[in-house]
Amino acid sequence: MPAETTPAAADDVDPRSLAEVPAEPGAAKPDPILVVDSVVRRFGGLRAVDVDHLEVQRGVITALIGPNGAGKTTLFNLLTGFDKASAGSWSFDGHPTHSLPAYKVARLGMVRTFQLTRVLARLTVLENMRIAAVGQRGERLARAMVAPLWRAQEREVTERAMALLDRFGLAAMCDEFAGSLSGGQRKLLEMARALMVEPRLVMLDEPMAGVNPALKQSLLAHVKSLRDEGMSVLFVEHDMDMVRDISDWVVVMAQGALVAEGPPESVMADERVIDAYLGAHHDVSLETVEAEIADETDEELAADD
Amino acid sequence: MDWSSMVGGSLQQALGAPAIIYCLAAIGLNVHFGYTGLLNFGQAGFMAVAGYALASLVATWGMSFWVGLVVGLALSVVLALLLGIPTLRLRADYLAIVTIAAAEIIRQTIGSVTLLRYFGGQDGLQQFVGTFQGLNPFHNSVTIGITTWRPYDFWLLVVGWTVVALCCIVVYLLMRSPWGRVLKAIREDEDAVRSLGKNVYAYKMQSLVIGGLIGALAGFMSALQNSSIVPSQFATDTTFFAYTVLLVGGAARVLGPVVGALIFWFLITFLDAFFGDATQGAHPLIPTWIMSNDQASVMRLIVMGLALMLLMIFRPQGIFGDRRELAIDAR
Repeated sequence: MPAETTPAAADDVDPRSLAEVPAEPGAAKPDPILVVDSVVRRFGGLRAVDVDHLEVQRGVITALIGPNGAGKTTLFNLLTGFDKASAGSWSFDGHPTHSLPAYKVARLGMVRTFQLTRVLARLTVLENMRIAAVGQRGERLARAMVAPLWRAQEREVTERAMALLDRFGLAAMCDEFAGSLSGGQRKLLEMARALMVEPRLVMLDEPMAGVNPALKQSLLAHVKSLRDEGMSVLFVEHDMDMVRDISDWVVVMAQGALVAEGPPESVMADERVIDAYLGAHHDVSLETVEAEIADETDEELAADD
Repeated sequence: MDWSSMVGGSLQQALGAPAIIYCLAAIGLNVHFGYTGLLNFGQAGFMAVAGYALASLVATWGMSFWVGLVVGLALSVVLALLLGIPTLRLRADYLAIVTIAAAEIIRQTIGSVTLLRYFGGQDGLQQFVGTFQGLNPFHNSVTIGITTWRPYDFWLLVVGWTVVALCCIVVYLLMRSPWGRVLKAIREDEDAVRSLGKNVYAYKMQSLVIGGLIGALAGFMSALQNSSIVPSQFATDTTFFAYTVLLVGGAARVLGPVVGALIFWFLITFLDAFFGDATQGAHPLIPTWIMSNDQASVMRLIVMGLALMLLMIFRPQGIFGDRRELAIDAR
C-alpha cells in the first residue's frame, strides 16, 4: 500500500494519491479497493447501468453523483449483491465479488446503507447494533441454546456497540425501540450499525436525504471520520454542498454510464457536467438566474438592433 | 343450569389434549410468524405428516411406536425443506400460498381412496397407541378439584404439558440468543439483515424446520388424543385455530401460545355448553324464537369470532404483547 493512503497521511485530504490520476471516466487509480469492469444491468430494453470501467481508490471518500435515473442506486445494488447484473464483473480488494450473494459481500467488508433507512423497528437501538457484529458464535443454531458458549463474546459486542452509539450520540437511547427514533437518528443508527460489521468500504446511499441542516453537519463529520480511520467511502448524494465539502473524488453518472470523473473542484467546474447533470444554474440563487436571463435578453435585443 | 359441570367440562378441555394440540401448533407458528415473520398457513400439514407417519408405521406397517415418532419428525423436516427451498427466497406471501396449498394436498392425498390400504381413507387409522398406553402409570381416574380424568386422558395430559414446557424452554433459550435476534431482525427487515452479512435464507430455513418440528409434536398429540387419526383432524381450520391461539396469547412471547390455548379452549367449550344448556328443555333460558337448540351449536364460533375482532381492535398485541411494539409503524 502506498504511504500516502495510510490513515495518518489521509488525515488531511491527501492530493498526491489522486493527483496523478487523469480526470477522465474510467481512470486507473494507484490503489483501488473496488474495480468494476463492463457491468451492464438491463431492465427490459433499458440499460439502467452500463459502466465500462470504474476504480474506487482506497482510503478516500468518493462521491457518485448524477441526475435522477442515472443508475447510481442500481449500480450500488449490483455491487453489493442486492441485484443481479446482466453482464460484467467486479472485484473488491482483490476478491471477485460479482457472483456473491449480498451477505457474503458484506462479510468481506463492503457494507452498504439504504436510501430509505432500514432500521429494525421492533428491536432496541442496542440490539440493532449487536446484530451487525460478524462471526458471532451464538448465531449458530447448534450453540445458540447454550449461553456460556457465547456470553463472553456478547459482552465484547455490547461494549463495541455502546462505544459506537456513544460516538454517534445515541447511547442514551440504547434501550428504545429503533422504530421510535426520528428520521435523522435513524440515519445515524444505520451508519453506526454498518460500522459494527467492521467494513473496509462503506457504501452510503444518499446519507443526507431528509436530514435537517444541524444533523447534516454532524453526519458530515462522521463520514469524514470514517476516512480518518482508514476506511474507504463511496456515497451517492444529491446534496452538492456535501459532495464539495467532503469528497476527494467525484464520479458522475448519467443514463447508466460514467460521463466524468475527477476531483470535486474540477468536476463541478466542468461545463458539460454542470449543464447536463447538475442543471446550468445549480449554484446560484433564483434571483441571479432571473437577472442573468434578463441580461441575456437585453444583450440579444441589443444585438438585434 | 349446572354451572359447576359447565365450568368443570370447560376446564377439562382447557387443560386436556385439545388445548395441548393447539398450544404446540401455536408454539411452532410463533417461531415461524411471531419471531421470524414467516406466514406459514400450512401448520396442519406438518401435523398431518407427523401424525400419519406415526399411525401408519405402527398400524399399517407394524413397526415400533418409537420408529413412528422418529420418522414423523424426520418427515416434517423434509416437508419444511420442500416448502422452504422454492419459496423462502421469494416475498413472504408466496410461502403463505404454498403452505396452505401443501397442507390441503397432504390431507386430500392421505384421505384418498387410492391409498386406502395404507392410510385408511376418510375413516383413518386406529390401533397404534398400544405402546403409549402400556407406558401409562395411572390406573385409576384422577380427580383434581371439579375435574375428573380418565387414566389415559390424564397420562396424555401429563406427557403433553411436559412436552409443551420443554418446547417453551427451547423457544426461550433460542430467542434470547444472538440466533434468535437474527430471526427477529429478519421479521423486521430482511434486506437490512442481509446487508449486515447474515445468510437470511439459511436462518429462515432453520426457523421453518424448528417450527415444523414443534408442529409435528402437535400432530402426534392429535393422533394420540382419540387413539385414532382421520384426515379431517388436519383441515385448514386447524391452522387458523392455532393462529387464533397465538394471537390471543400474544405473538413473539414465549408463553403466549400457552395462555392463548388455555383461554381459547376454555371459552369455546364453555360457550358451547352455555348455549346448549340455555336452549334446552321445555322452558329454555333463551326463548326458541331467538334461537333453537340446533342453532345454538354455531353460537360458540360466532362469539369467538366477535371476541377475536374485539381483541384485534382493542388489544392487538394479545394478552402478553407489548403495546409499545405495535405503536411503531414498521414501514
